[in-house]
Amino acid sequence: METFVFYIFSAFMVLSALMVITVNNPVKAAFFLVLSFFASAAIWLLLEAEFLAIILVIVYVGAVMVLFLFVVMMLDINMAQIKRGFVNNLPLAVAVAIAMFVTIFFVVGGESFSESVFTIPDRHGADYSNVAELGKVLYTDYVYSFEIAAVILLVGIIAAISLTLRRRPNTRHQKIEDQVAVKSKDRLQVVKVDAQPKKYEPAKEEQK
Amino acid sequence: MNFVTPDFMPAMPEIFLLTMVCAILIIDLFLKDDSRGATYMLSLIALAATAVLSFTGYSQETVTTFNGSFILDPMASILKVAICIVVMGVFIYAKDYLIDRNIYKGEYFILGLFGVLGMMVMVSAGNFLTVYLGLELLSLSMYAMIAMQRDSAIASEAAMKYFILGAIASGMLLYGMSMVYGVTGSLDLATINKAVSTADRVVMSFGLVFIILGIAFKLGAVPFHMWMPDVYQGSPTSVTLYISSAPKIAAFAMMYRLLVDGLTDMHADWQMILIILSVLSMALGNIIAIAQTNLKRMFAYSTIAHVGFIVMGVLTGTQAGYGASMFYAIVYAIMSVGGFGMIALLSRAGFEADNIDDFKGLNQKSPWFAFIMMAILFSMAGVPPFLGFWAKISVLQEAVNSGLVWLAIVGVVTSVIGAFYYLRVVKVIYFDKPMDNTPIKASMDIRMALSINGVAILALGLYPTALIALCINTFS
Repeated sequence: METFVFYIFSAFMVLSALMVITVNNPVKAAFFLVLSFFASAAIWLLLEAEFLAIILVIVYVGAVMVLFLFVVMMLDINMAQIKRGFVNNLPLAVAVAIAMFVTIFFVVGGESFSESVFTIPDRHGADYSNVAELGKVLYTDYVYSFEIAAVILLVGIIAAISLTLRRRPNTRHQKIEDQVAVKSKDRLQVVKVDAQPKKYEPAKEEQK
Repeated sequence: MNFVTPDFMPAMPEIFLLTMVCAILIIDLFLKDDSRGATYMLSLIALAATAVLSFTGYSQETVTTFNGSFILDPMASILKVAICIVVMGVFIYAKDYLIDRNIYKGEYFILGLFGVLGMMVMVSAGNFLTVYLGLELLSLSMYAMIAMQRDSAIASEAAMKYFILGAIASGMLLYGMSMVYGVTGSLDLATINKAVSTADRVVMSFGLVFIILGIAFKLGAVPFHMWMPDVYQGSPTSVTLYISSAPKIAAFAMMYRLLVDGLTDMHADWQMILIILSVLSMALGNIIAIAQTNLKRMFAYSTIAHVGFIVMGVLTGTQAGYGASMFYAIVYAIMSVGGFGMIALLSRAGFEADNIDDFKGLNQKSPWFAFIMMAILFSMAGVPPFLGFWAKISVLQEAVNSGLVWLAIVGVVTSVIGAFYYLRVVKVIYFDKPMDNTPIKASMDIRMALSINGVAILALGLYPTALIALCINTFS
């Protein structure tokens, strides 16, 4: 039964991954990528890696791919231009791909990672918490790597901001702090005007 | 479970540097554009202090901490000091160039410092994870630094090329690591080294090929050198200074950690691959450099040739060979930072002194800087008594000692070919008439640093024993 489920999801994953690179419409390609993420999440579930499976769905499907879809929809991608030369190079590409596949298959396929070489890990009971186990090693044994990964994220933020932030001093925009700090006398000018105009006196204005 | 708090002391330089970068990042936010000099000074102070901390942490024993993911050995300490000093030079040379081009931003220094942190992580990496994370920290900083000059199409192109090829190379490296992890069951380099003898040989070799591919890309060895000329030429000189110097030291350390710390027993397998890389790099780098008229591009090809020598030292598989290679990597970084520093010195607002013709008659404008440029070029060519000569000779000696005489001969022949294009620049400096009479305008610190750099190449070349002994002793 488990093997059957595994093959179902594997087939889904491989086929949708193929579709990602072959369909014409980039939006459809993004959706196929989502499908292949779902399938790999299911395979992780079979391997008792519940936390990774959930994170894959939440982070990649829920956040990354949604953002990605927005970007794809906003860009005007000219598929004809991208596909130019596709047919001409296809035979060479297919030949290289097949050669690579065959060599890799014979070197690392099946035998080297089979059950005879590696023992199958023990099954864990229902009370086993994948998240707790991950958390324990993440913050103890791998704390150094964990911190460096955090620094990499920080660099990513700095890089993204410094590459996209454009200060344009000429644009008209609100100065919120000035607006909040404004006093009534800055805005309102009380000008005393007599009810009865006096006799005409040129060039003498009464102003506060 | 029992968890012992790791010993933080060996990682003190890294921790200090990270704290300083974060502090500088926040301070820089509150600075006005005209007081950006504070960021520059703070960055230099941070680097100097990190170098001092790395130096004081030097010990002959090998210390591991953080569950084996951090190694502190003599090589790590020496390389960290070298990286910090070289990057200090980079920052000093880059300052005027950045101001002239209106890209004098705090991000340049902050990303540069983060890159240094990444290099230090690579240098003392104890397992696959830290090697990879350090590499990515360095690479990400460099991609962003190249792309920072947004209005320049050629810089954006260089950044895109570097980013895409770098991502593919990282993918290859990870694939190789995953194969090795698959058959040895460990990410820890020391554990992998013990497991090599019992592991599946075919899969190990398969993983090894991909790991070497990743290393060769980062080093820029032929045939994975395609990115180097375009990226060196396309980046602003301030960034070329950075990517051409210290990262090569880190790439040497990565090669040492992965191949020697992790896969010593597969020496016979990787030696063959490295020989091919070395021969191709030396030949192709030196020959194509002859045809270049752009100095940055010429230096890129000369870097490829130098990388061939660095690889040659490692492939001997002897302790002395690693020492020679390490010496070469440090010497190369010193020469490269000086060479690009000269380009930065001669450039001014709206003018890029990156053609060989721009150096015409430099001797008439400034005999002192003409002399320094000559020292750098002679050193790169391997003319005695300059520093580069000793680097070349120590690597060649180790190649001969381990029976690879033909490889040493290839090295010598290609160096002689390479001498041509270095000497041509020297000829242009001394015997041609200047194209214009604009005086060299540079602030005191860049003049001082370049002078020290040039004198160091000569002085260390006259008294090379101390530095060579330091590098050789590292591995014995």
